[in-house]
Amino acid sequence: MTNALITKGKTISVALAGNPNAGKSTIFNALTGGRAHVGNWPGVTVEKKEGRFKYKEYEFLVTDLPGTYSLTAYSIDERIARDYVIKEKLDVVVSVTDSTNLERNLYLLVSFLELGVNSILDLNMADILEQRKVRVNTKKMEELLGTPVVMTSATKKAGLNELKEMIIRSKDRKIQPLRIDYGKEIEGAIKKVKESLSGVNSPYPVRFLSIKLLEGDVEIIKEVGELGYERSVESAMHEGSRLEVGFGYDLETEIIERRYGFIESIIRQCVRRVPTIEEKLTVSDKIDGIVTNKWLGIPIFAFLLWATFQLTFTVGGIFADFIDTFFGWLAESSAIWFASIGAPGWLSSFVGDGIISGVGAVFVFLPTILILFAFLSFLEDVGYMSRAAFVMDKAMHAIGLPGKSFIPMILGFGCNVPAIMSARTISSEKDRLLTILINPFISCSARLPVYVMFTGIFFKSNQGVVLFTLYMLGIVVAVLSAKLFKSTIPKLKGPVSPLVMELPPYRIPTLKGVSIHTWERGREFLKKAGTIIFAGVILIWLLASFPMSSEYASETTLIGLIGKFFAPLFRAAGFPFWQAAVALLFGIIAKEIVVGTFGTLFGGEGALSASLLKYFTPLSAYSFMVMSLLYIPCIAAIGVIYRETNSWKWTTFITVYSLVIGWVMATAVYQLGSLFI
Amino acid sequence: MPLIFGKSGEEFEVTTIQGGKGFLKKLMEMGIYSGIRVRIILNPGNGPIIIALSDTRIALGKGMAAKIIVRKLS
Ligand SMILES: Nc1nc2c(ncn2[C@@H]2O[C@H](COP(=O)(O)OP(=O)(O)O)[C@@H](O)[C@H]2O)c(=O)[nH]1
Ligand SMILES: [Mg+2]
Repeated sequence: MTNALITKGKTISVALAGNPNAGKSTIFNALTGGRAHVGNWPGVTVEKKEGRFKYKEYEFLVTDLPGTYSLTAYSIDERIARDYVIKEKLDVVVSVTDSTNLERNLYLLVSFLELGVNSILDLNMADILEQRKVRVNTKKMEELLGTPVVMTSATKKAGLNELKEMIIRSKDRKIQPLRIDYGKEIEGAIKKVKESLSGVNSPYPVRFLSIKLLEGDVEIIKEVGELGYERSVESAMHEGSRLEVGFGYDLETEIIERRYGFIESIIRQCVRRVPTIEEKLTVSDKIDGIVTNKWLGIPIFAFLLWATFQLTFTVGGIFADFIDTFFGWLAESSAIWFASIGAPGWLSSFVGDGIISGVGAVFVFLPTILILFAFLSFLEDVGYMSRAAFVMDKAMHAIGLPGKSFIPMILGFGCNVPAIMSARTISSEKDRLLTILINPFISCSARLPVYVMFTGIFFKSNQGVVLFTLYMLGIVVAVLSAKLFKSTIPKLKGPVSPLVMELPPYRIPTLKGVSIHTWERGREFLKKAGTIIFAGVILIWLLASFPMSSEYASETTLIGLIGKFFAPLFRAAGFPFWQAAVALLFGIIAKEIVVGTFGTLFGGEGALSASLLKYFTPLSAYSFMVMSLLYIPCIAAIGVIYRETNSWKWTTFITVYSLVIGWVMATAVYQLGSLFI
Repeated sequence: MPLIFGKSGEEFEVTTIQGGKGFLKKLMEMGIYSGIRVRIILNPGNGPIIIALSDTRIALGKGMAAKIIVRKLS
């Protein structure tokens, strides 16, 4: 449907907001007929999901927002949800609530109502209330809250038409912000701050601004300051400390408690519970008793992880080889075809060595990554991932990171790009930054071909042991770097943010859910990494082609000259020849290109093993692998680090740091090794 | 007593929460505040614990759980 076809006034924009696991995505899917992922890991709906549907003569534009508990944003996905509700001119915000935990779920709605947002209260999971014979007086609730209330049961698709009708009916409602009585003293303070704010030009109600200032809301303080009302901020601070001294309570806490007091009084008046149903140990709790058990937790986790990698690399490898062969064939055929039409050599080389091998470099990753994502999506949709964070929390604390950082580290063994992106669910900015910065040292699957090539030639009898030492070295460097950064970089100092995380109930994931989820992540990888890898390949092609009189990637091309320029730097590390420098340089695009580069520079696969034996000793081969492991992961990783930190400073820092660490470690290995051998 | 000393299966009422403002606020907004009832689902004794707030399960770090002061309900 194109926008031109939508008659003005007939389109209703609706956002679904609410706590994690309230059923937003289920309602979204029921309304729009699917097309968005139903998640289970709190915060999985990181990007906003939009969908459209028609009902009566209206076109509905629905957005599924990430879960959030309040208007205070603690993590990136919460910020997305909050900003969307506040800044977009939405017709209606549907506040989706889990009726089985109304106290907390209503908190967010109350915040919307105080802000004057046109919202509908959707009491979801009505089927469970029914089961427990809990009655809700929705009429009374509407009166007390001053906002429409509907009951739905998203999984049973019940109440959806009522919800749609309610949206249509309330889209042009005149909104009065909700007024909660905060008690005499606080109301006095609100009045003072309100007076100091008179004449302020802000989209928020003045009372809302005053309360937020008293609550010490950082973003509102900033906004009010920018509007030239610093004195209101001061007035709020003054009032706050006056109340704290005078009445001995913490104002922020008191305000939140008053809000809960208001909510509790509403629940008391509107919800009739059959005398407290004894809470049963649910199936979910029983599973938790096993998978989060003190002794079993870590072994179970380790097993799942091992199985995931085993399967990923076995199955992924088959596809990767196939794709590799395909692109090899494509490059050859294109060269033959270009020759047959008499095209200039540079064009043939541009298409073959540049574009085709560039696209190939991206696609070779794809199967392994999709399979890894499918497994991880499965674990996530089952509800296991948040348990893994729980199980690892203690061990991670020892290295100065929260349990949640463990998931990005695991993902890093597959590919650092999605791993770095997955750090988004970490709410503390410094923990997230640290998690991102150490991730490149986790040896991703792209580095494996380099190890395979060298160990296959130099360490035939103990290939596995050598591989293991390399993976361990990556982990050790990551852990020690975390410790180092934490103790030296002021921005990263401070205690680890404590664990507070909702554990969603276990459920059986659907094939559709897992595939959509897998594809969403795969697509993100293709989009973000694809463009960067591709651009990098073209750049290297240019460097390897000029001057045109030289043979592609030979000693006298630009890249050869650059290689020669850098080669002496690696004397101390044991591999001071230009081919090695060029291979490392090419490896910046993607680590497995290191292998391909040696292939090209030493005249094809056949001659490779003999040439390598001539240039390298086992010791320098090992130091070369150490360098390959530790220096800059690849252009895609650099790109994603920049996107996620939004800072060239951190991106440059970690790039330079990894180069230095790689060089230092490779040199140390070579020098120390030389003493003993 | 601090919640961290509670055993699996026991039920409590939160009396006070101590500690830094930011996390106090986050806890409150997640529904853990004075007067609310919580039940310990799992306390391995050495690490984070899992609690139940009606039907919701929340994992809490040891440090957090030590700052939540509760009264045991019989
Ligand atoms: N019994 C019941 N379960 C529901 C209902 N709505 C959603 N759920 C379940 O609640 C869980 C969380 O739903 P989801 O849509 O992912 O929540 P979101 O985090 O708000 O997007 C899923 O397991 C759903 O199947 C409902 O009305 N009744
Ligand atoms: Mg969702």
